[in-house]
Amino acid sequence: MAIEVRLPTVLRAAASGQASVFVEGETIGEILKALSGSFPGLGNQVVSADGSLHRFVNVYLNDDDVRYLEKLDTKVAEGDVISILPAVAGGSF
Amino acid sequence: MLNIPQIYLDEMIAHAIREYPLEACGLIGGIGDQVTKFYKARNDAASARIYTVNPSDYLKADRDAEGNGTSIIGVMHSHTHSEAFPSPTDVAQAPDPDWHYILVSLKHKDPILRSFCIVDGNIVEESVVSLNC
Repeated sequence: MAIEVRLPTVLRAAASGQASVFVEGETIGEILKALSGSFPGLGNQVVSADGSLHRFVNVYLNDDDVRYLEKLDTKVAEGDVISILPAVAGGSF
Repeated sequence: MLNIPQIYLDEMIAHAIREYPLEACGLIGGIGDQVTKFYKARNDAASARIYTVNPSDYLKADRDAEGNGTSIIGVMHSHTHSEAFPSPTDVAQAPDPDWHYILVSLKHKDPILRSFCIVDGNIVEESVVSLNC
C-alpha cells in the first residue's frame, strides 16, 4: 500500500526536490523506514538514533499529530496522507 | 530582498501588537522572494520570551499555500522587549536555510519590522520592499 508523504521545503533537497513522495508501509514507522531507505538523507532528519521521532519534527497523519496517536506504531490506510513538518520555534534570548 | 504586500506588513505588526505582552508568530507563504500571504499562528509557548508555532496552524497554512501553488517560505515572530534581530535561540532553531525570518520589535515607540536569512548560523539582513497591491 503506497501512502503519500508530503515533505517540507527543507527536506525536499534530500528527496530529489520532490514535494511529496509515495512510500509503501502499513504503519508510520514502516513508512519512515522505507522513506529513509529510498532517500538516505531524510532518515536521520526525521527519526532519532534511538528510533523515536526527532523532537524538531512533527509528523501528521491526515489532521492528527502521530505523537497523540500511536506514534511510530500508528497504522495507516489507503488514501491517508502523511505530512512531515519542522518544528518552528525561537525566542528573544 | 523580500517583497511583501503592504496589507501583510500591516497584519504582521497588528498581530504582534495584539499578542503583546506575549511573543506573536506566524508563517509567510509565497514563492522565492515574493510573499503572497501571511498566516497568523498560535504561539504554543504562550511566552513573552519564546515562541513555538502551533503545529496544526502550520499544517493548515502549508496545505493552503500548496493548494495555491506556493509554499511556506518563512516565519514571522515578535520581540516584545528587544531589537528586531535574530537571537541566539532564533539562530539555533532556524529550520530552513532557504526561509525568510521576519522579526517585529515592539521595543520602541513605533514597531520595527526587519527580515533576515539564516544560513549555517550566519545572519544576513535582507531589504523589505512594500508592495501596494
